[in-house]
Amino acid sequence: MHGRPRRPDKPEDAAAADAKAAKLRDLQTQVLRNHHSRTYSKEALGLSFKLLELNPEAYTAWNYRKLAFQHNLGELSELEAIKSSIDDELRVVELALRQNPKSYGAWYHRKWLLNQKLAPVDFKREFGLLDKLLKVDARNFHGWNYRRFLAKFMGVPEEEELKYTKDKISDNFSNYSAWHNRSILLSNLLTQQRKGFESKQKIFSEEFELVTQALFTDPSDQSGWFYHLWLLAQTSSPENPQLIASWPSNGAKLSLSSVREANDKQNTPSSFSSICCYSLKEGILPIVLFFNEPVKGLTPSSVSLNSDLVVGKNIQWRPLSVTDSGHSYCWVTYLEVSNLEYCSSQQFSVEASIPNTDDIVSRSGSSYNCPVHFTFTFEPNNIDSITEDTDLIHDPISWDCSEPLPSHVKPSCIHSDQLKITNALIQEESKWHLERLSDELDLFRELPDDNSKFAKLTLARLLLACAAIKSRGSSLIERRGYCEEALGLFNDLIYLDPSHKRYYEDERSLVLMDQLTCNMESFMKYCSVQVLPNLAPLNHVQLCRLSLTCIGFVERLLWVQMLDLSHNNLRSIEGLEALQHLVCLNVSNNQISSFTALKPLTEILSLKVLDLSFNEIGTHPINTTRYICPTPFSHKVEACEAFEECQKKNINVEEFWDAILFFKHVNLVQLGFEGNAIANKENFRTLVVTLNPSIKWLDGACVH
Amino acid sequence: MGCLRFLLLLMQKKDSFESLVMEHIRLNGAYWGLTTLDLLHKLDAVDADEVIQWIMSCYHPESGGFGGNVGHDPHVLYTLSAVQVLCLFDRLDVLDVDKVADYVSGLQNEDGSFSGDIWGEVDTRFSYIVICTLALLHHLHKINVQKAVDYIVSCKNLDGGFGAMPGGESHAGQIFCCVGALAITGSLHHIDRDLLGWWLCERQCKEGGLNGRPEKLADVCYSWWVLSSLIMIDRVHWIDKDKLAKFILNCQDKENGGISDRPDNAVDIYHTYFGVAGLSLMEYPGVKPMDPAYALPLDVVNRIFLRKRD
Ligand SMILES: [Zn+2]
Repeated sequence: MHGRPRRPDKPEDAAAADAKAAKLRDLQTQVLRNHHSRTYSKEALGLSFKLLELNPEAYTAWNYRKLAFQHNLGELSELEAIKSSIDDELRVVELALRQNPKSYGAWYHRKWLLNQKLAPVDFKREFGLLDKLLKVDARNFHGWNYRRFLAKFMGVPEEEELKYTKDKISDNFSNYSAWHNRSILLSNLLTQQRKGFESKQKIFSEEFELVTQALFTDPSDQSGWFYHLWLLAQTSSPENPQLIASWPSNGAKLSLSSVREANDKQNTPSSFSSICCYSLKEGILPIVLFFNEPVKGLTPSSVSLNSDLVVGKNIQWRPLSVTDSGHSYCWVTYLEVSNLEYCSSQQFSVEASIPNTDDIVSRSGSSYNCPVHFTFTFEPNNIDSITEDTDLIHDPISWDCSEPLPSHVKPSCIHSDQLKITNALIQEESKWHLERLSDELDLFRELPDDNSKFAKLTLARLLLACAAIKSRGSSLIERRGYCEEALGLFNDLIYLDPSHKRYYEDERSLVLMDQLTCNMESFMKYCSVQVLPNLAPLNHVQLCRLSLTCIGFVERLLWVQMLDLSHNNLRSIEGLEALQHLVCLNVSNNQISSFTALKPLTEILSLKVLDLSFNEIGTHPINTTRYICPTPFSHKVEACEAFEECQKKNINVEEFWDAILFFKHVNLVQLGFEGNAIANKENFRTLVVTLNPSIKWLDGACVH
Repeated sequence: MGCLRFLLLLMQKKDSFESLVMEHIRLNGAYWGLTTLDLLHKLDAVDADEVIQWIMSCYHPESGGFGGNVGHDPHVLYTLSAVQVLCLFDRLDVLDVDKVADYVSGLQNEDGSFSGDIWGEVDTRFSYIVICTLALLHHLHKINVQKAVDYIVSCKNLDGGFGAMPGGESHAGQIFCCVGALAITGSLHHIDRDLLGWWLCERQCKEGGLNGRPEKLADVCYSWWVLSSLIMIDRVHWIDKDKLAKFILNCQDKENGGISDRPDNAVDIYHTYFGVAGLSLMEYPGVKPMDPAYALPLDVVNRIFLRKRD
């Protein structure tokens, strides 16, 4: 099927082809007949040999030969006879591989024979065959798989196989198969801490040297770059997971209310930031923990919460993530505050600490070993659980991102020292990381071909790795410098390699968000307190018209209640699930194309107002988040009651399943969706109102 | 599109050497051809009863599996194709569903991996095939899903991709199988989407086509393997779709119809299917959208999982 030229049949060829076809048909028919009649004579076996030589993919013929081999084995008692019978099979495989070196059936026949362990294996012959095949095609992955099989079969030490990969790489740097095998062997040897492989730092320094040599030889070859990327990933992230942010933050003093204060002269102590906490409606106060990588295992015993408030035994930590996995960057628990004997002068303090624990582990299995401890104080104020949700928003909220933000009002609850909890955690290892990365940076700045896309990209990745390590220190100025340079590189890359434009745009968005939010001075330009009629003041962040395509660094936004992301190019809002205080979100004029892409919002209990206007919902038949979040197709959600409810109202479930799953899980009061293809679809409004009964304003008009 | 003419021609031309070499995978061929027809809104050009009758003649009632053709041994590779074709026609009722589900689920090994048939070849392709087959039959509970997922995860490489077995090199076809199996079992969180997405989008070559591994030639069939994987992990926007569509269309045989692996090579049904499927995943006008995990038209998959069952 591969590599045959397209050409019209010539008459003389046709005759030859007919003859060849006739022979093949004949062989196929006879072999199948012998298979069905269980005829295992020498002659019959000879026919199958001929067939497999001509067409090694005829799998039933391989099965037939295995049956025949087993059948005939019963009549053999001498080792020599068995050996010669095995030899016959090995020869068939060799001839078949000559016809097609990538024949699955042929390779497996050989493994099957060896696995029978009927006679000692002639390893010289096996490795000889492999050498021959890998000489013809050094990338034949069947060959490499067979080599790994043989090495394991005869117990070749991994150190020796590692040497073999180096030989192959020296033959030709552009051998991705060899680099791949090297990465597998090396990580095994490091995990097992084998002799000579105790120091990851030493080994990785050597590997950096090896791969750099390859990259400088031919900067346009991909093989080494992927290996370099792996080394870089190993060098830039801390070995163990770390807590990098929380809400409330350490030392926070909060005055909490659940509704707008009747008069604004509440006499709260001035050191308290007052915040209207919408989740208080449900009688709960979220506590959010944010880690530098996804972790699992947060329980009342791995995270201790002490408070003069009676913290119930029923504290449950919940991972906030769109995928249904045990691991998450972000975890939340809800403190029950509904039954507080509330009096305005009472303060409660909460103390949270995570000790060294093997319960909290990252995906790679390393456990939490950076003990943290933080406290915050809150004062309940005006907690009233009677008011209905809909009463909160009397008039539809309108957004105007062209209006400049008031510069004098500073949002409450922002703490410039949010990162303080991790400052103490800079470890010995990051010193080595930084040194190693700096060496690489110097090297790549000198790469002669400065139009190599891989060189630029690697440089950008090195810079970001350095920036990430710096965030664990306090060198924010340096961090900004790294970001600045990386932004420039991504801009270059968009022109240099337009096919991957949107990859670079996603990367650029993350760097941009880092840059905007990494220090208070720059971040404050985007923050304000929004005072809306009949509504408590909301901590507001406005990141409009920045060409953002995705969201990052949400750990710096945990306190945000009103977020304006309109007029960007967002196609994903993953990460926003961490914003457990979000009440109003504007993502209008972006590129969101499905309701499954909005799944993060279903994790936010406080969300009331959502503007989705002028996106691409309903435009694209291919939904790229269909399998990212739980759906009936991924067997994480059964076709649910909501589906039936919709069917009763003649809503087409096959068309609207993602909208149904979304609106079933949110509790919006105001929704804008004009300017999406779905807005014109019949029944869509019915769907929204049916599944989201709290809705009051739809596209600016009152529903009731 | 000239594909239709080519497909119908192929159904009659059974005696050429090329089609004889493929005889043992005729059931795969039926799936490729019929799915292509459905994507082009032309499934009614074939006689459904005749097709189903032939499909069932490849069935082995004693094992519950399907062979690649009449008289060939049963294997999961052909069992999935048979189930997929029956799904296209909404005719799963002709199957002894329990028997077929028992056949494929019986091939799970202790470590969670799957053999392709009784002879014991293990490959992550078979993990996908069994999981996909069982899901389409609503019998996923018959296997140990957790173990199946763990085995696939053990085949994950440091470049983010997957191989045929633990330690096997990443390859776009193999990646599709592993990503597909993880998607169907709601387990995509095991994937580093940025890392794998980058590896996959780097499969796009200068001429616009996609290759299956680094430093290899572009080939139309990878349009499917790479695109579907990128869609499942939400990173398909990282490639240039226009250039890829041009590459696929350039591989069309404009005189006789059909699509080949590379421009000006001989066309075959396999590449015709993968070319059309690739166009479908890029929302090409006139082609039905396809589901990236089950490798069937979207409407078929939606019907199977959203229609009320008793
Ligand atoms: Zn191909």
